[in-house]
Amino acid sequence: MRLVACVNHVPDTETKVKIGADGKSIDRAGVNFVINPYDEFAVEECLRLKEKSGGEVIAVSLGGDPHKETLRKALAMGADKAVLLKDDSPRDSFSVARALADYLKELSPDIIFFGKQSIDSDDAAVGGMVAEMLGLPSASVVVGLELAGEKNAVAEREVEGGHEKVAVSLPAVFTAQKGLNEPRYPSLKGIMGAKGKPIEEKQPTPPQNKTEVRSMQKPHAKGAGKIVGTGAGAVSELVRMLHEEAKVI
Amino acid sequence: MPKFQGVDYYNSDDLLSEDEILVRNTIREFVDENVIPIIEKHYREGTFPMDLIPKMAELGLFGSTLPEKYGCAGMNNVAYGLVMQELERGDSGLRSFASVQSGLVMYPIFAFGSEEQKDNWLPQLASGKAVGCFGLTEPDFGSNPGGMITRAEKVKDGYVLNGAKMWITNGTIADIAVVWAKLNGEIKGFLVEKGTKGYTAPEMTGKHSLRSSVTSELVFQDCRIPEQNILQKSGGLKSPLMCLTQARYGIAWGTIGSAMACYDTALRYAKSRIQFDKPIAAFQMTQEKLVYMLTEITKAQLLCVRLGRLKDQNKAKFTQISLAKRNNVHHALEIARMAREILGANGILDEYPVMRHSANLESVKTYEGTHEMHTLIIGEDITGIPAFV
Ligand SMILES: Cc1cc2nc3c(=O)[nH]c(=O)nc-3n(C[C@H](O)[C@H](O)[C@H](O)COP(=O)(O)OP(=O)(O)OC[C@H]3O[C@@H](n4cnc5c(N)ncnc54)[C@H](O)[C@@H]3O)c2cc1C
Repeated sequence: MRLVACVNHVPDTETKVKIGADGKSIDRAGVNFVINPYDEFAVEECLRLKEKSGGEVIAVSLGGDPHKETLRKALAMGADKAVLLKDDSPRDSFSVARALADYLKELSPDIIFFGKQSIDSDDAAVGGMVAEMLGLPSASVVVGLELAGEKNAVAEREVEGGHEKVAVSLPAVFTAQKGLNEPRYPSLKGIMGAKGKPIEEKQPTPPQNKTEVRSMQKPHAKGAGKIVGTGAGAVSELVRMLHEEAKVI
Repeated sequence: MPKFQGVDYYNSDDLLSEDEILVRNTIREFVDENVIPIIEKHYREGTFPMDLIPKMAELGLFGSTLPEKYGCAGMNNVAYGLVMQELERGDSGLRSFASVQSGLVMYPIFAFGSEEQKDNWLPQLASGKAVGCFGLTEPDFGSNPGGMITRAEKVKDGYVLNGAKMWITNGTIADIAVVWAKLNGEIKGFLVEKGTKGYTAPEMTGKHSLRSSVTSELVFQDCRIPEQNILQKSGGLKSPLMCLTQARYGIAWGTIGSAMACYDTALRYAKSRIQFDKPIAAFQMTQEKLVYMLTEITKAQLLCVRLGRLKDQNKAKFTQISLAKRNNVHHALEIARMAREILGANGILDEYPVMRHSANLESVKTYEGTHEMHTLIIGEDITGIPAFV
């Protein structure tokens, strides 16, 4: 079985991002980049599927050289191969999906796993787009996956207020949600072993972006809190404000 | 609490390779998720977190510089040091466990043991199925281990050990003890298995330091061990000292971890604690302390990377390792004490890690050669005059 995990290299959630001088992108200086947390679930799931049913796990990333760090992590966790679709330009979800789909078509995997979204631009679009471009079935926001023979799988999805199980035929595309699994730490042996596994570089030919970022803004700074008063006497005023001004009750 | 982001004022990460950084970050994450949330409780109760042993083993933390054929990772010394740094950022007790298992038990078996001993013990120790301890210090012989009283006597089919060791990390929980004893006047290493008749390892109590580490006595009363349990290639005080060189190297790195935890805590506290209508970080005396901390951490980092590269080239002298152990522990302890001062009364609470690190570092300053002994080791090296007696 050929299992592909698509992984993105994104700013650490702890990083305080600054908007760059162009007002349209973030300032990368001093920002710590990590594997996209949802993609870590994707890698882990592929590794578990391989451990159960055999096959090979390939990690694929589109981006510049720094993405190799994330691919190395996937290799250290246990992926067999890594491929960098080398591309340094700013990309929207559509052109990323197109470039990945073109490459994945050639690779023809049985299972393609994404994270449900990248925490950098939060589009949550690439997985679904790739499935569409390849004409494959897909299940998104997956919290469980069982193979049913070689050609079918049942995915458990999170839906509003509950879970649902959907059956798909393989090959198929899945996007991982938190809760799917507990990603392993790469072991020290895995990290040393990953040094010997090559990262293959390919030149993708992505199309033009379909969207363009015009500007980026930080959220407004929080205003100071308001103390309505003290004691029971203040309660009615607080209720009035929550109702009429904040409109939350 | 926000996630620890590292301290790197001199871009010393640029001196590390991609995989060294991945090793460091992996252990950092492991410690944040598995150690920091539980360690204060263990410290308070005076227990070692036993359930971390299989987790550390799975990561490959034990004997990680030894060859793969024994189930080890075959890492270089810089990566090993970074592991020690991150473990000790969690707690010195945890680093002590890993230091003893790797540098003081697996290393002597690897360096002085027979093929059968290596094949038998190294995979068990690497996988955490067996825990080891190292018995050198005795009640009356600490800085002067050459005077040890513990004796081994050759008998038919083996040896009989008599004597007592004290202050032995992991003693009570160890499946295998590397014990140093005099055989016909020469110091030799022996492997003593848990449960051997005549061998007991009661735990020492009453510690105000390294409380989340097990410290024990080892008592040998006509303890008979089989012939094949001698570390045949060991001989003289040099052998245990070679082990200590490994462990001291790990301490030099480890204490950077304690120091970083204390600095990070103090810096954040100083920026948020208001007195006289200002954050206390605005006072010159607080800034002076923070700058001292950062300066010493930066120097210690550079010292260790250089030392690690020398060690990887087999060029590190034991005196250079003494210099790094002596310097880094001393400053880590000063940093912990200063952090405690910056936190004021809060500094003594177990809500913050500084008092625990400070108390731990009091032991670290003494074990693996006291600060003074390392002074004398380096002093002898540069003057040619030994000043031990
Ligand atoms: C928590 C803990 C864990 C330990 N774990 C282990 C272990 O796993 N295995 C093991 O074998 N040992 C272990 N030790 C023992 C440790 O290595 C010894 O405590 C250390 O070597 C010092 O010996 P001592 O305590 O007997 O002090 P002493 O040797 O009595 O020294 C007391 C003081 O006198 C000073 N001093 C001694 N001689 C001189 C001199 N010639 N010139 C100047 N000053 C001198 C010392 O520097 C020190 O300040 C551990 C100790 C602790 C606290």
